[in-house]
Amino acid sequence: MTIEVKNLVKTFGSFRALDGVDLKVESGELVALLGPSGSGKTTLLRIVAGLDWPDAGEVLINGEDALAQGARERHVGFVFQHYALFRHMTVFENIAFGLRVQPRAVRKDEAAIRARVKELLDLVQLDWLSDRYPSQLSGGQRQRIALARALAIEPRILLLDEPFGALDAKVRKELRKWLRSLHHEINVTSIFVTHDQEEALEVANRVVVMDKGRIEQIGSPDDVYERPASAFVHGFIGESIELPVQVEGGVVRLGDRPLALAADGLAPGASRLFVRRHDMLVGPPGSGAFEAAVQHVRNFGPVQRAEVVLSGGRTIEIDAPRDKELRVGDAIGLEPRRYRIFAG
Amino acid sequence: MTMQIVHSGPVTSSDETVRAREALARDNLRTEPKAVRIAVIAIAIAFLSVFVVLPLVVVFAHAFAKGIAAYLAALAEPEALAAVRLTLLVAATSVGLNLVFGLVAAWAIAKFDFPGKTFLITLIDLPFSVSPVISGLVFVLLFGAQGYFGGWLRDHDIQILFAVPGIVLATTFVTFPFVARALIPLMQEQGTQEEEAAISLGASGLQTFFRVTLPNIKWGVLYGVLLCNARAMGEFGAVSVVSGHIRGETNTMPLLVEILYNEYQFVAAFAIASLLAVLALITLIAKTVLERHLDEGQGANDH
Amino acid sequence: MNGGLVSALAARRRTLPGFGLTMGLTLSWLSVIILIPLAGLFLKSLELSPEQFWNILTSRRTLNALRVSFGLAFAAACVNLVMGSIVVWALVRYRFPGRRLFDAIVDVPFALPTAVAGVALTALFAEKGWLGAPLAALGLKVAFTPVGIFVAMIFIGIPFVVRTVQPVLQDLDPEIEEAAGSLGASRWQTIIRVILPSLAPALLTGFALAFARAVGEYGSVIFIAGNLPNVSEIAPLLIVIRLSEFRYADATAIAVVMLVVSFVVIFAVNRLQRWAQSRIPAR
Repeated sequence: MTIEVKNLVKTFGSFRALDGVDLKVESGELVALLGPSGSGKTTLLRIVAGLDWPDAGEVLINGEDALAQGARERHVGFVFQHYALFRHMTVFENIAFGLRVQPRAVRKDEAAIRARVKELLDLVQLDWLSDRYPSQLSGGQRQRIALARALAIEPRILLLDEPFGALDAKVRKELRKWLRSLHHEINVTSIFVTHDQEEALEVANRVVVMDKGRIEQIGSPDDVYERPASAFVHGFIGESIELPVQVEGGVVRLGDRPLALAADGLAPGASRLFVRRHDMLVGPPGSGAFEAAVQHVRNFGPVQRAEVVLSGGRTIEIDAPRDKELRVGDAIGLEPRRYRIFAG
Repeated sequence: MTMQIVHSGPVTSSDETVRAREALARDNLRTEPKAVRIAVIAIAIAFLSVFVVLPLVVVFAHAFAKGIAAYLAALAEPEALAAVRLTLLVAATSVGLNLVFGLVAAWAIAKFDFPGKTFLITLIDLPFSVSPVISGLVFVLLFGAQGYFGGWLRDHDIQILFAVPGIVLATTFVTFPFVARALIPLMQEQGTQEEEAAISLGASGLQTFFRVTLPNIKWGVLYGVLLCNARAMGEFGAVSVVSGHIRGETNTMPLLVEILYNEYQFVAAFAIASLLAVLALITLIAKTVLERHLDEGQGANDH
Repeated sequence: MNGGLVSALAARRRTLPGFGLTMGLTLSWLSVIILIPLAGLFLKSLELSPEQFWNILTSRRTLNALRVSFGLAFAAACVNLVMGSIVVWALVRYRFPGRRLFDAIVDVPFALPTAVAGVALTALFAEKGWLGAPLAALGLKVAFTPVGIFVAMIFIGIPFVVRTVQPVLQDLDPEIEEAAGSLGASRWQTIIRVILPSLAPALLTGFALAFARAVGEYGSVIFIAGNLPNVSEIAPLLIVIRLSEFRYADATAIAVVMLVVSFVVIFAVNRLQRWAQSRIPAR
């Protein structure tokens, strides 16, 4: 099953939640929609599910026009951020719900429903909770039951809205691995929404980075981390140093100081230079593009994080390996191993 | 990519598919077809109109059936004026008593923890579940001629039943829970931190209450007093049992409505009734306004 | 050392002053106004032998009065359950002109003195009344018949179902309806299988409160009832009649039965609410 959206536009009053979004998800992929809150990622997910409707644009599921169908007909499994479990039903009845409400003609008999629910409870490894009510479950258990319920109807695609958003950090990490292996097992085309970059990079095959109703970049986790396509992506994913620079006649300047950085093909004008903290290599003074003085040092496991003042007065934070110890007051040179310059 | 659009046919937007989509767009899974919506609204409006609006309108229609002059004349009758006076007196006394009690009880229940708290709240709620007639009956059994204190009262020449004290007692009984019930949840929600801060800053108990607690609950107090007053002025069953229906002496406005109605003095009966109906409407409007204040107060506490 | 700890704890629990005073006043006032009078009623009933008690209750007129009060209150509460659900659905889920007004109007039966409601309903449904006339033409006599009692009981019960269900419906998580829909449930299935069960405790509570209120109702009923013994005489009226005949024992016995029933109803409502909360905790 593929999912394709074309030029999707959705406004809420004067707020443009989606501003012309194009995306194609291939069969069997596990795609993350990553972005800050208000970036439109949940709106996109809800439109694919049929819970919201776009002002313009197309949604195709397996090549068919999905907007011609309501949510009931789309056979989309949707896992809600707060699970939306039916509180008056046991775990078993929650999972069986989608099977019980099928039209009589195609409805399974009771034995088949029981077998299917049992199968799903085994799949999410919670068969022992069958007779409990949702209020008696932990957050992680509720999440897995919500997933089992969505899978019960054998959905064509699976959509998850901030699946781990309401869980504490430890449970979150466990469930990430679990979701990945579960997806491997069932292989349903899936999209999940998250604002947590680590989650997106760790779980998804592909990451879609969104901001202000637009897609900023689509790519593999490596792509979006190593080769950010825009200033926003660079700033949003990973920890970056951002410096305002000027590009003039093939020269990059920080303030009035020219930097020894290649500026081929850059448009002249005000730009922003991005460097990952750990991509700033420390050397003796004069060895790199920047001159700096160490102001403060703390050790973080394998790295030392140093607050340094660049000549010109700007303060940045860098992560350096622990082999060469930095001391407060050291004069150092900094050379960006990799960097990106974006206009604007 | 455009190939697929052409390929999948129905995507091309004929008027029909556009309309179908608009219908689906409206169906956001949380509403019903338009016909159902209209039917539900129509039934709700019809039901409320027949059972609530029409009875209200009837009161005023009958009150003014013979013109404004007859209406005003009915209200100017000494009997009517006496009933208004008695009603105001009884309401003021009962509301005052229950206001003090409500504040005291809410302080004890909301600001402290003790065993049996839920049970105590249930006891305070009790009058809500007692028939008004029984609320009057219990006082007849206590103070009536054959009652437990009847003999003693007669010996000391104290009149409770068929007199103002009886009416006040019965009214206080039926309006007992209103103020306390309005304040307890409000004060529980507000907790004790502000009061504890005031005490730690050296305020006395009464200073704390008047300067810290009362400003926080003033809308709740008004709300309780409002509902208490409406019920006090309008109480019929309990007062009817204890009053003795002595004209010009123990007739409150609701009792006078009954007497005039039974004497076929409809204009007069409905004229008094219209005053009570206006009281009810003012109460409802004030209640709506107060509820908005209370909601805002809660919102302020949440954030 | 231990004692110091205990008193420190006590001091911590009772930082605020006035517990003894306010609690004392509360209990005294509660006793004077509520507990002693109610205890008097039960004491009085103990003066009756079980046989006397039984004879009073099983006399034809008492039985009929209780039957009228309880039977019609039950029927009226059923009507309020259904109509209240429709009203609350319209008020919470739909937008229509006058919605706020109708929302406020729901409280009129709470606020309108019962005697006023009584004379108004009587005038409205009397044979020459605005509604009574057309209904009489259809062959339905309302005022001065049990139907009139039924109508008055519906009137006073209106706010209970609406006001208990309204907040629950308002707070109902919209996601559970979307979840049901995305799992393929039709709108009707969603309402029956998901929304209604979520509202059930509130609906039952509203029903019970409307019932309890209608059973004990006096003012709004007696004008329209006709008050024919054995036919359209309600139990509270019979109490008043027995009192005026100085048959205190009879009045007490009927009152005790009614009181016990309404206490049982309130107790059941409390249990129901607690049960519903334990199973479906508020989010």
